[in-house]
Amino acid sequence: MSTTIATTRIGQLFERCATEKRKAFIAYLTAGDPNPEATVPLVHALERGGADLIELGVPFSDPIADGPVIQRASERSLRAGTTLERILELVREIRRESQIPLLLFSYLNPVLHYGFDRLGREAAAAGVDGVLLTDLSVEEAEAPVQELRGHGLDTVFLAAPTSSERRLELVGKHSSGFVYLVSRTGVTGEQSSLSEQAIPLIRRMRRHTALPLAVGFGISRPEHVSEVARFADGIVVGSAIVKTIEANLKAGDAPSAVEAFTRKLTSPLREPRL
Amino acid sequence: MTTTSLPDTLGHFGPYGGRYVPEVLMSPLEELEKAYQDARNDPDFETELRLLLRHYAGRPTPLYYAQRLTQQLGGAQIWLKREDLLHTGAHKINNCLGQGLLARRMGKKRIIAETGAGQHGVASATVCALFGFDCTVYMGEEDMRRQRLNVFRMRLLGAKVVGVSAGSKTLKDATSEAMRDWVTNVSTTHYLLGSALGAHPYPMMVRDFHRVIGDEARVQSLEQIGRLPDLLLACVGGGSNAIGLFYPFFGDPAVRMVGVEAGGRSLTLGDHAARLQGGSPGVLHGAYSYLLQDQAGQVSPTHSISAGLDYALIGPEHAWLHDQQRAEYVSASDGDALKAASTLARTEGIIPALESAHAIAEAIRRAPAEAGKVYVVNVSGRGDKDTDIYRENMPELDA
Repeated sequence: MSTTIATTRIGQLFERCATEKRKAFIAYLTAGDPNPEATVPLVHALERGGADLIELGVPFSDPIADGPVIQRASERSLRAGTTLERILELVREIRRESQIPLLLFSYLNPVLHYGFDRLGREAAAAGVDGVLLTDLSVEEAEAPVQELRGHGLDTVFLAAPTSSERRLELVGKHSSGFVYLVSRTGVTGEQSSLSEQAIPLIRRMRRHTALPLAVGFGISRPEHVSEVARFADGIVVGSAIVKTIEANLKAGDAPSAVEAFTRKLTSPLREPRL
Repeated sequence: MTTTSLPDTLGHFGPYGGRYVPEVLMSPLEELEKAYQDARNDPDFETELRLLLRHYAGRPTPLYYAQRLTQQLGGAQIWLKREDLLHTGAHKINNCLGQGLLARRMGKKRIIAETGAGQHGVASATVCALFGFDCTVYMGEEDMRRQRLNVFRMRLLGAKVVGVSAGSKTLKDATSEAMRDWVTNVSTTHYLLGSALGAHPYPMMVRDFHRVIGDEARVQSLEQIGRLPDLLLACVGGGSNAIGLFYPFFGDPAVRMVGVEAGGRSLTLGDHAARLQGGSPGVLHGAYSYLLQDQAGQVSPTHSISAGLDYALIGPEHAWLHDQQRAEYVSASDGDALKAASTLARTEGIIPALESAHAIAEAIRRAPAEAGKVYVVNVSGRGDKDTDIYRENMPELDA
């Protein structure tokens, strides 16, 4: 069931955005990249730069849906010993200073191993608002969704331009908080011009849900943000942010670089609209 | 209960299998499943596949009584199913011809494949040459080093071999990279997955294309031995040769089945690929099955002297057969496999692939205590590709 009652910080964010007539900026980073100590300052930097929601990527040894940028981030994070338990500690630390909505973004296996019930309980207590599991197909989602929702977490699913109507219906049914639309086929990574596939997908998805629709994959420049903001409720940027973190590893000042980059990306969203 | 009607419509063998992939891959898998079902219902497809298997690949393969090996062991009668005699040197060609015909029916122009030992890569490159497809094979850099000869063979056949330097640089990383390619190029490209692994319909489809092994072995046993075998033995990486041999015998309760996993250097995590001894259920590359993983649910590195068995997840149907106790799963160590290869070479004049040598090792271990029983062991591939590894490990022969 898609719900329109905003019980999590994610729902509240999109309600606030609707009232303020603005679009939400969603930033992805791989938690623990390049080490767990780096994550909390980076999340705060993203928030200062204008991010409205943070996707905390859980690193996985075999990230089949990710391009080279996020693969490298996952490798750095795993090498530094990042685990789901440690990520929940980081969430508690973030929550001392910030109420920004947090979505755990993970491959299925680490969560399966942790246990849905345990994760639901501990993540909700730590201050996580929702969970997105990249390779949990909607056919297999019923029980995990109930388990996670039972702990008050949102469950976000992906929809793709190639998804059938039947699958979009299931995506709508199992999602809460928002739906993440993949703007094109392919792995994560930047692309120079935004796919034409996003607008038709938004129209198709809209027939199956009233939830906010965020668009991601391949958004790396302010022009992309501005283009997507015309038709989506939220804009997701991942690889371009992770790349900025990677480029500033040695200089040791990734937070200020990430803040500046995010501010630039979100600038179109702050422009007064007529 | 084990039935021949599995998997269910979502690809489940009991709780195992399924389709755990990112949403962007769901529609290509649905398309593939539909095309596969259409093909199976088309008598022309069956006929063309049968003719290719016969005239191109060299089927049927012999069921051969290994008399000297049997005498030496002094117990069970050992019969060898000679998949090593097929074109390209291993059973892999059965599945590649099937999927190649399917890809042509689907109008695909490009084939991608992953490979561990290189046997599936060579079979894929071969079929692509035969059908005129563009071919890209992903292979871990560590495996490219271990299997240099097969890398060259693939290139000679016109394929592009792409080295994968991520992670452990072996089969699992090559598979991830092939899946990423597929996500990106799905409209033109068929992913020719080489084992009974991955998301539905692959485990079912790959099994079906290899069941010819068991179908032949069953008929040959009745003709040549006058009865069904007591025990089937096959090595299990993903498990395609094993499931191909076992499947046609599911309805014969007296026929026992043993799958042999790679015991590697030791049974410490990271030193082997014995998923049913050291693994627990998890998801890798689209399927839910027994997986070698660490405390945090990260896929563990694996080791085997045989690149073709060096993979962290066992094919989902084997997980189900294991739980149902319809088949038994054991492991053979690197050393056992080397010794078995040497024994088979000297008693029968057959140098097996290192993968197949694991199955031979288990047959050698069991046979002395089972006089009167009949074993059928799948020699899934020939050992030429492993010559460098045999040389390294048998320095006394290489002075």
